[in-house]
Amino acid sequence: MKARVIKYISLGLVFMLGCAAAGIFIGSVGLPAKDVFNIFLSKVPLLGGHIPHTWQSGVEDILLKLRLPRVILGLFVGASLAVAGAVFQGLLRNPLAEPYLLGISSGAALGTALVVLLNIPFYLLFIPSIPLAAFCGGLVSMFLVYALARTKGKLPVQTLLLSGVVINFSFSAIIMLFITVSNKGLAEITFWMLGSLNNANFALLPYIIGGCTLIMGIIYLFANDLNVISMGEETAVYLGVAAEKVKKLMFVLTSLLTGLAVSVSGLIGFVGLIVPHIARLIAGPDHRVLLPFAALLGAGFLVLADVLCRTLFSPVEIPIGVVTAILGGPFFLYLLKRKK
Amino acid sequence: MTAALEAKNIIFGYGEKKVLKNVSFSVAEKDFTGIIGPNGSGKSTLLKILSRSLQPGSGSVLFNGKDIFKLDTKLVASKIAIVPQEELSIFPFTVFETVLMGRAPYISRFSWESREDISIAESAMKLADVKHLRDRNLDELSGGERQRVLIARALAQMPKILLLDEPTSHLDINHQFDILELIRKLNENAGITVLMVSHDINIAAKYCKELVMLKDGKIFKHGPSCEVITKEIIKQVYGVDVRLVKFPGAKTPAVLI
Repeated sequence: MKARVIKYISLGLVFMLGCAAAGIFIGSVGLPAKDVFNIFLSKVPLLGGHIPHTWQSGVEDILLKLRLPRVILGLFVGASLAVAGAVFQGLLRNPLAEPYLLGISSGAALGTALVVLLNIPFYLLFIPSIPLAAFCGGLVSMFLVYALARTKGKLPVQTLLLSGVVINFSFSAIIMLFITVSNKGLAEITFWMLGSLNNANFALLPYIIGGCTLIMGIIYLFANDLNVISMGEETAVYLGVAAEKVKKLMFVLTSLLTGLAVSVSGLIGFVGLIVPHIARLIAGPDHRVLLPFAALLGAGFLVLADVLCRTLFSPVEIPIGVVTAILGGPFFLYLLKRKK
Repeated sequence: MTAALEAKNIIFGYGEKKVLKNVSFSVAEKDFTGIIGPNGSGKSTLLKILSRSLQPGSGSVLFNGKDIFKLDTKLVASKIAIVPQEELSIFPFTVFETVLMGRAPYISRFSWESREDISIAESAMKLADVKHLRDRNLDELSGGERQRVLIARALAQMPKILLLDEPTSHLDINHQFDILELIRKLNENAGITVLMVSHDINIAAKYCKELVMLKDGKIFKHGPSCEVITKEIIKQVYGVDVRLVKFPGAKTPAVLI
C-alpha cells in the first residue's frame, strides 16, 4: 500500500515538475535555461554569492516577478480544484460532482460582480478587493447551502446537491440582473468567470500556499474515511466512521479550499471534474493514493493549460477556463463513452 | 447466559406510521437467532436500528449492557459487524480493498494498515471463499460472490456479533446453501453470535436456533425455532393454512403451502 502511494506520488511529481518547467521556459520571451538555472542558484543561501551575474536583469525580472509566481499559483489552484473535486465525488457518491457544484462558484462570482459594479476601489485596507469579495461570497453561499440542506441535524446528500443547484441558479440570476440593470461590467465579469491566472495578485501567493497546503493536509487525514463513505453512508456507520461529522467537516474544508482557489483565479472549469477521474483511472479509487496523485496531476495540468492560453494566440491571452474546457471536454466524453 | 445484544422497548415510526411498537428481546452470546415475519412487520427496520443506521424513537439497544448509540463508534464497529443486503460503490474498488475496509475500526487516522491487518483480511477472504476474486472489481461479480465479499469484510472486523439482512434473498439454492453453511460454521466454530433477518421461514427454521416472529411491529413469539414454527402461529401471523412436514433428523419441520 505504502509502495503504491510512493509510486504514484513520484509519477505525479515528475509530471508536475515537467509542466512547471514548461510554464517557466515557454512564453512570449524565451528564457535561456542556463540563465534560469544560474538565477535560481544565486538565490540559494551561502552558495548564491559565488554565482557570477551573467544574465540580463530583464531575464531575472521576467522569471522571478512574472513566470515563477504565476506557475506557483497555477500549481496550487490546480491542485486545490482537483482535490476538491475528488473529495466531492467521493462524499456525494456522484461522478459528476465538481468543486463548483455546491454554490461556491456563484457566491464568489456575485462577490466579484458587486465589487465591479459598485466601483469599489482595487484595494480595501491593503487587501485586494476582488479576491476578498470572491472569497467572502463563496463563504456566504457555503453557509446558505449548509443551512438549506441541514435537516434534523444531518446533511443528506440529495438535499445538499439540490441546495447547491438552487443557490447557483439564484445567484447567477442576481448577477445577470445587476449587469443588465447597471448596463456595465459584463466583459469584466465574464472574463473573471472564465478564469485566469493573468490578473492574479501575487502578493496573495503566501496566503494561498499556506491555506491550501493546510486544508489539503487535513483532508488527507480523512482519506480512509472517504473510502468508506464512498461505499455508502450506512456502510460507513457499520465500519465505525462517524459519517455525518466527517461529511460536514469535509464539506466545509472543501468549500474553503475551492474558495481560496477561486478568489485568485476566477472560475476555472473542468479541472475539478476531470482530473480526479483521470487520476482514478490511473491510480485506482483508494483516496489515500488518489488525493495526492490528483493534486499533482491537477497542478501540472493547470500550469500546462496556462502555457497554452498565454502562447496560442499571443499576444492575446485567452481565458484559461476556455483552454481547460477545450482540452478536458473531449477527454471527458471519451471517458464517459469508455465506461459504457 | 449473558445477553450479547439486547433491544429494550424499541419504538420507531416513519412520520405517523408506527413501524415498531415497543419491541424488546435479547440475544444470548453465541446464539444464532433469526428475525422473521411478513412484509411490513418491521423486521428490516428493527435490524437497521440494531445496526445503528436508524436511531429509535425511544428505547435503547444494549451491547454488553451499554447503549450502542452512546459507545464510541469505532469500538462498536469492532464488536458488531453488519452484512447489508446489497451495496455497491460508484468507484471500482477491488475485492481485497473492500475486505480491507473491514479493518477500518482498527486503523488510526495517522497510520497505514499493518501486516496484521492485511493477513486478517486475507484469512477473512479465505474463510468466505473469495480469495480467488482478490483483484477483481466488485461490480464484475455475481450476486452470490458479492454477498460473500461483504461477509468477508464483516469477518475482517473480527466481530463478536454478526448481523445479516436477508443474506440469501436473491441467490440460487447452491449459493444460499454455501452462505448459510458458512454462517453456521462461524457461529459453531468461531463462536460468533449471529442475528439474521430472513423472509424465508424454512431457511430461518433450518439454520436458526432461536426465532423472533414479528407481526405488525410487535413480537408475536420469541423462542426456540421448533416452538415458533407451528401451524397455529403461522396461521395467526401470515393468515394462511400451511402444511408442516417433519423430515427425519430435522429439529424443525418444513413449511409447505
